Amino acid sequence: MTASPATFRENADAALANERLQTALAKLPGGLVAQRRAAVAAVPEFETLREEARAIRDTTLDHLAAHLEAFETKATAMGSVVHWAADATGARRVVTDICRAANARRIVKGKSMVSEEIGLNAHLEAQGLEVIESDLGEYIIQKRGEAPSHIIAPAIHLTEADVEADFRSYHMHLPADRPLPNPESLVSEARGVLREKFLTADVGITGANFLVAETGTSIIVTNEGNGDLSQTLPRIHIVVATIDKVVPTLDEAMTLLRVLARSATGQDMTAYTTFATGPRRAADLDGPTECHIVLVDNGRSDMLASAMRDALRCIRCGACMNHCPVYNAIGGHAYGWVYPGPIGAVLTPALLGIAGTSHLPSASTFCGSCEAVCPVKIPLVSLMRTWRERAHEQGTGSRTSRALLSLWAYAATRPALYHLLARFGVAFGGALSRSKGRFSRLPIARGWLRDRDIPAPQGRTFQQLWKETERGVPR
Amino acid sequence: MQAPRAGLFVTCLIDLMRPSVGFAAARLIEEAGCKVIVPERQTCCGQPAYNSGDRATAKALALQTVRAFADCDYVVVPSGSCAAMLKVHYPRLVSNEPSGIQSEVADFTAKVHELCTFLTSIRPLTKVPGRYTGRVTYHDACSGLRELGVKGAPRRLLALVPGVEITEMTEPETCCGFGGVFAEKYAGISNAIVTRKADDATSTSADLLLAGDLGCLMNMAGKLTRDGRPLACRHVAEVLAGELADPPIGHRPTDVR
Repeated sequence: MTASPATFRENADAALANERLQTALAKLPGGLVAQRRAAVAAVPEFETLREEARAIRDTTLDHLAAHLEAFETKATAMGSVVHWAADATGARRVVTDICRAANARRIVKGKSMVSEEIGLNAHLEAQGLEVIESDLGEYIIQKRGEAPSHIIAPAIHLTEADVEADFRSYHMHLPADRPLPNPESLVSEARGVLREKFLTADVGITGANFLVAETGTSIIVTNEGNGDLSQTLPRIHIVVATIDKVVPTLDEAMTLLRVLARSATGQDMTAYTTFATGPRRAADLDGPTECHIVLVDNGRSDMLASAMRDALRCIRCGACMNHCPVYNAIGGHAYGWVYPGPIGAVLTPALLGIAGTSHLPSASTFCGSCEAVCPVKIPLVSLMRTWRERAHEQGTGSRTSRALLSLWAYAATRPALYHLLARFGVAFGGALSRSKGRFSRLPIARGWLRDRDIPAPQGRTFQQLWKETERGVPR
Repeated sequence: MQAPRAGLFVTCLIDLMRPSVGFAAARLIEEAGCKVIVPERQTCCGQPAYNSGDRATAKALALQTVRAFADCDYVVVPSGSCAAMLKVHYPRLVSNEPSGIQSEVADFTAKVHELCTFLTSIRPLTKVPGRYTGRVTYHDACSGLRELGVKGAPRRLLALVPGVEITEMTEPETCCGFGGVFAEKYAGISNAIVTRKADDATSTSADLLLAGDLGCLMNMAGKLTRDGRPLACRHVAEVLAGELADPPIGHRPTDVR
């Protein structure tokens, strides 16, 4: 079975039964969540920063076309070639054409979610090109043939033991009895393997965390330095970024960077924040001879004009998923597409349509933890609810649950009838269960009852009892 | 001076499952010097419809509720999530309605208070009728916490109960996994979430797990009784009002604690 958003329930059941995955996920609360908490606590003005970040993203989206044109003009002036791609097919074609024109054979990549979204690797490989992911997490899952399970920690579903076992089977040129006792040794081994790839690659592809309109600069944040090597060593650098990444000024980019790393990993800043502005200039010691920037729409313009506009504020920190009880229970693969967690539950229906994706916005307790930590204050719960409304309008979901909802609605909007039905229902339920205090088996609510009891009703309704008491004497 | 008229929004779960919580709430509101009114034309706040995407039904229930409480000075709700529905979401449901309806709803929402907040900020109590000797732990149910800021109020009130010792969970603000229809529709995920909550609550070695929302309490109690754990669940109003004659949620009549 291929995991897709349509098979969410099955994906989730498999994830819950996957002990290795559960071991890996159990580290989230003490890891990224605790790190963010500490980082935010150290910045008293963090709430103000969140509000500033939200405002920057909002006002940029208000005039997105103008900022994009300004970016194109400046980037072109700085020697980059700007390409526009309306959709995934267009974006893949642009990248392939650049690689072909350069007679490229080997490509190293920095981490990029949009490249996952447009299926870039598979397409390039089908054209006979070798593609090597250079972010450690991406490298690990590329070797495993897996997709990222988190937008900033793509291999978070794996444990150190998994990675050690993988490395021993992939890196057969190294001594079989070498010690790999800790993450540092794994990083060091990957570094050694990747170094040769960086030096021999023809093309480096990166994403962009931000595109700065006033300078024509693309910014990436990394902790391994792999992004820098991907964009400085090969002779051609290709930036693939969606159109919502543009920021008017460097100052505004700084504010966004201040909330990004703290929200993502709990760092004040990532180890590397790298600014790339055009190809190598005459006096530069290194850098690519060509720099291409592919601006991908792929549904963003439609989102901008839709009720999902606020989701375009996202700066891809991953805090919403780190703090989501559902993500913590099942991990990212169960969501069945590129973007997991609360932001995925909003983005995926926007990009793929609600028809096959309605489970994603439904599978939320609406606890609001995501909204509480989002650095750009995306109203994720409201947006998920809007998708539920669309799904309801389109008649998706089970016929039984819709019928039950209609019956309940009929009664609930007729108080006299409702109270009468409630009295009988509760008397019946109470008689069945009161001596035990709970239901352990029923012909309904089988999902709940598999692992939980249903507490018994006390047997009479409050309205009924209140009427009978002195206090409830009609006024 | 006449006592203010406080309408009790019973909530459908308390009406159906645990009327003793409604009486506990009424007792506390009377302690706060109000006359308790229980309008008969209330049923449910509309969350099951609203969160299932059925906005039309949610709006109909919103207007029904608003009108049922028209002659009250306050509307007091012994549930954070229902209170947030009334106070935060009703205005959103009528945002495209004529201004007359919008202002009717705005007048209503100004009167709405979650029970514990009402008893600390609006009509503050300095003593409560309840007494309980033992350790309790408090679960911050999501909507009340994040939409209304209910955090200190229940703890301040519990501190007024002679004999109560509050012991906190590691993550009192983490969701219990209830989520209304979610708990059945995605039962496996819901169970995984409530399992962590039950572990956290149990590790406090409290003998009572309290919260201000019956939905969350039924979920947590259902998990704890199924797993045979001794920790019992009650609505915080029961302890504050001393309405402890009924057994804890999901327990047998003989299990009174």
